[in-house]
Amino acid sequence: MNDFSAAFAMAAQLVLSLDPELVEIVLLSLYVSLSSVALAALFGLPLGATVGMLRFPGRRAVIVMMNALMGLPPVVVGLVVYMLLSRAGPLGEFGLLFTPTAMIIAQFILVAPIVSALSRQVVEDLHEEYGEHLRSLDAGPLDSVATLLWDGRFRLLTAVLAGFGRAIAEVGAVLIVGGNILHHTRVMTTTIALETSKGNLALALALGMILIVLAAAVNAAASILAGMGERQHG
Amino acid sequence: MAEVRATHDRRAASTDQAPAAHPLMPLEVHGVGFAAGGKQIIDNVSFTIRGGARTVILGPNGSGKSLLLRLLHGLLAPASGRISWAGLSPARARRRQGMVFQRPVMLRRSTLANLTHALAVHGMPRAQRREQARRALAVAGLEDRARQPARTLSGGEQQRLAIARAWALEPEVLLLDEPTANLDPEATAAIEALVRAVEARGTRIIMTTHDIGQARRLATEVMFLHRGRLLEHDAAHAFFAGPATPAAASFIGGGLPL
Repeated sequence: MNDFSAAFAMAAQLVLSLDPELVEIVLLSLYVSLSSVALAALFGLPLGATVGMLRFPGRRAVIVMMNALMGLPPVVVGLVVYMLLSRAGPLGEFGLLFTPTAMIIAQFILVAPIVSALSRQVVEDLHEEYGEHLRSLDAGPLDSVATLLWDGRFRLLTAVLAGFGRAIAEVGAVLIVGGNILHHTRVMTTTIALETSKGNLALALALGMILIVLAAAVNAAASILAGMGERQHG
Repeated sequence: MAEVRATHDRRAASTDQAPAAHPLMPLEVHGVGFAAGGKQIIDNVSFTIRGGARTVILGPNGSGKSLLLRLLHGLLAPASGRISWAGLSPARARRRQGMVFQRPVMLRRSTLANLTHALAVHGMPRAQRREQARRALAVAGLEDRARQPARTLSGGEQQRLAIARAWALEPEVLLLDEPTANLDPEATAAIEALVRAVEARGTRIIMTTHDIGQARRLATEVMFLHRGRLLEHDAAHAFFAGPATPAAASFIGGGLPL
């Protein structure tokens, strides 16, 4: 019990004093996860909007696949990316394994299906409602997609935040492809896993607290956004 | 883009002409049918209408009025028959028409932005959009609602915005699907005044209603639709003075045309 409260005190001390090692780890976590989410949004929003809006053969199968990919196990994604990027792998020549870039790639694969699948649903619902009006205006595909993305902006941002929540809290993929190398690829979740097994509970707890605050903030932002959209536009 | 500009040039020219000149008229409908789920919703409908009238498609709920309007606007393709707007297919003529749906589609934007969006899609240059949108708001009496989210407007205001949005595009023909269903008398009066204002600018009005009073107030020409069949097509005064079919007579008399 004493150990426990001592760990808490030290953790608070680390956070409040902005311990350089802690700050470095937090910043790298944010860099990796924000980059992967930005790429996933760039890829997933137009894809989700396209599938949500267009009717084409095999659409049902695409949707089932997008939904299924939302549940990819991070360690399996980590393993596959590891094999692709390792020296002997097809992308080995780029020397990306155990770099932040490798971690961004792995998290992108985890997050892109979440953003695509959720935005597909948002856009499909909106298109159901707007479709005849847009056709009546003779709107082309680009005008239509732009209209649906803009009018769905609050709910789409919620989808992106869900992706960020997944990325920032995930440990399996970044641990395998990043290697948890000090000052290089060490992020919050991998540090917590390592320091806990080493018995260094203070740093692990400090990072854990930051992670919880971040996760709570993301959830709060999501519900505030949803509320704003609801209040303004019903 | 070139095509869009050409459309606007043509419009600018057409507003200088007398209201009687309707480039999209005559509307010719030949043997049009449409079935869904094994049920014939529109059954071998044929008619021709010309410029200079307010045509009201009258009939009880479920008679196929909304569907007929969607066929005319090219949102649905008929299973059989042919529709021609002065030689153009409905899809080709659509850009020169406005359509107001029974449940108006309100974008999740401000009242003003609902107008500028439609103008932008129609290719109007940014500099002119705001001014045209302001004019449309004034016509609909919604100036003080410009910044309000459109979906928080009342039902009557939403319908007025939908008509203003169509008006702003300067259509040659305005199609309205039951524009006052579920509205109170005051809101209905405002909509009917707005429809007349749109027509006064030279836009040909084709609308549906199941409200006999509204048909009497607005129609110069009535088409009576019953169970997907066009039973009567006559000048309004002649139709109301002496309907030719028992179904129409019963409907006008307040009975159920079974």
